[in-house]
Amino acid sequence: MTSDAPNAGPIRVLSLYDDVMNVYADRGNVLAVQHRAALRNLNIEVIAASLGDALPESADLVLIGGGQDREQRRIAEELAAHGPALRAWAEEGVAMLAVCGGFQLFGRWYRDTSGEQLPGAEVFDVTTVAPGPGQERCIGDILVTSTLPEVGAVVGFENHGGRTYLGPTATPFARVEYGHGNNGADGTEGVVHGSAIGTYLHGSVLPKNPRLLDWLLARAVQHRTGVMPSFAPLEDVLESRAHRAAAEVARRRSPRFA
Amino acid sequence: MPTPPRSTHAPGASIRQRAALLAGRVARDATRRLGRGGGTALPGLVAGTLAPDLIEAAGRLPGLGAVTVTGTNGKTTTTHLLAAIAREAGWEPLTNRSGSNLARGLVTALVDSAGATGEVERRAGRLGIYEVDEAVLPTVFGRLRPRVAVFLNLFRDQLDRYGEIDSVAEGWAAMLPSEAEATREEWAPTLVLNADDPSVALLAEDAPGRVVWFGIDDEGVALPGGEHASDARFCRCGSRLHHERQFMGHVGHWSCPACGRHRARPDIAASAVRLDAEGSDVEVRIGDACLSLRVPTAGLYSVTNALAALAAAHALGAPADVALRAIAAAGPAFGRQERFEVDGRHIRIWLAKNPAGLNEIVRALIASDGPKHLLAMLNDGIQDGKDVSWIYDADLERLAPQIGSLVCAGDRADDMALRFAIGGMTAAAVIAETEDALDAALDRTPSGGTLDVIATYTAMIDVREAVARRAGVGSYWEDPS
Repeated sequence: MTSDAPNAGPIRVLSLYDDVMNVYADRGNVLAVQHRAALRNLNIEVIAASLGDALPESADLVLIGGGQDREQRRIAEELAAHGPALRAWAEEGVAMLAVCGGFQLFGRWYRDTSGEQLPGAEVFDVTTVAPGPGQERCIGDILVTSTLPEVGAVVGFENHGGRTYLGPTATPFARVEYGHGNNGADGTEGVVHGSAIGTYLHGSVLPKNPRLLDWLLARAVQHRTGVMPSFAPLEDVLESRAHRAAAEVARRRSPRFA
Repeated sequence: MPTPPRSTHAPGASIRQRAALLAGRVARDATRRLGRGGGTALPGLVAGTLAPDLIEAAGRLPGLGAVTVTGTNGKTTTTHLLAAIAREAGWEPLTNRSGSNLARGLVTALVDSAGATGEVERRAGRLGIYEVDEAVLPTVFGRLRPRVAVFLNLFRDQLDRYGEIDSVAEGWAAMLPSEAEATREEWAPTLVLNADDPSVALLAEDAPGRVVWFGIDDEGVALPGGEHASDARFCRCGSRLHHERQFMGHVGHWSCPACGRHRARPDIAASAVRLDAEGSDVEVRIGDACLSLRVPTAGLYSVTNALAALAAAHALGAPADVALRAIAAAGPAFGRQERFEVDGRHIRIWLAKNPAGLNEIVRALIASDGPKHLLAMLNDGIQDGKDVSWIYDADLERLAPQIGSLVCAGDRADDMALRFAIGGMTAAAVIAETEDALDAALDRTPSGGTLDVIATYTAMIDVREAVARRAGVGSYWEDPS
């Protein structure tokens, strides 16, 4: 329970389609949120909603991970139907992290490898096109610098066929230092819209990027209590070491984005 | 004994092949002299480049023909067990070694068995038993033309290399000859399939000939709840599969409520399984006969590997009692629950490659009481998987109540330590370097106790070398198994 608002109840973390969009171990993001919330004495409640489930009445933090085309086809229509509710949440400041396939489906649409166009939830003004056969997937270690000054450098691993393009109202989440990012061409990575972030980074991304994790947690607390908390810095010994190791690997193994 | 297949491409049949195999021998001996490891890939690479048709030759050994073993987990152990059965049956198995399971590894197997003239000796009981990487198999299957093809399971593994797992299953289905092709080519491989894995079982629909099923019948060893690393949730018809029970991930008793597809009744089944810390006692049903088997390595996945080897032996016509005896007497395969004695402590090495495998290791470890002393090693090379995300998909939390001591090591030791920390376990030391990490882990293991080393592929190779040296055991290329 936060000291800011003792009667506000637990922070509600909604894990979306975690039994379908689970191919790239983005479950680590849920574990990291639970772990860090415990370190910060925040009371949280994790709710899962998957195929056939209604969305809960409210949420403070929404997480969704990556899946293959097959999994994306299964959830796309239902997720698009949740679009109005998710967009309303995003406008009222609910924190969100959508990774890879989840990021693609939080956009306007995704044209998959078979050429089928899947509808998106339209939380983000982005569109994604999977390239034809023969074109390489964007796979590798990635190091980016976030456009959010509080977040700074972010490390992870990307593995996607789809190329994502930002619409006119979209702001990138980060600039690529090493790796491919949204489309390998324009140097952008992910998208940020208010308190909602879309990104291609696995790793899992939150455990070794504690500043990004704090950014999301702070906004979740703010949404629950109405007050932006000021988090005390944590030691983050292991987190920093894992972050540095991943950054070093990206510098060594991935192409520098010119 | 089954009838030998045609053997028009006996290895070493052409001058070119003999020259290539000799060049491979030179490459092998040179790498060993230079201390560059066991030379499990380079000799095959050299020989295979000089004579590409050595792949065909590997499948047409004069004698009993070839068996392929594929799947995400258990290839090396199943191959190892099947080779033990073949020896016990009086045959002469030829296998690729130590997980060297790409095309060049198959050719290395021929290099290893070629004599000084470059000829592979012709013997009536020769049986090629090859483990083949699940993504590579479609590229060599039609050239190898195995008599028997074993499919163990399909889990997510190294997505950085394979992209998406669906393409692996599609490649398997596409490589099998159709019935018309099988008749025309006189090649209808027997498929040995895991009835419990829907991704594997659905291949029966594409089988050109006989299918031999293996699986676990004992409901008592099913997981109480689902696991996180569960991959095949959907049927070919597009509907969600129903699992009446799960043994590991998506492997279990499954059916499709929409189209009616369902798990087949296994020909070779574990009807009762009793797991202990060292292995398991299994009642095996073969047809209508019930026999007892001691599986000498721990974990339910070891039972599945043994069933697969039994089913393959059954397909080849080996007597059941011979097969059971061979499995009970078989030692562990390289780096797979191998045991050593160092400084008055037992060391057991577990290879962990993916969430499904790591979950099974965790399950085997917590099957016995008492504190566990662990050295967890995470590397991120191509053979390990460059993406280390997968460690978050394994349910390491289950170890927390029994952790006695923990040391994390490897190129990504920090990621490993962070994963354990998030699971509520604190590493006493985080040391990238193998020898120092081994010292630190042994220091924390009480005298007479067991240090369990869990390592990804290249880390396993490293640590096994270090442990073997300390234990006074030879290098892996000296291992005659």
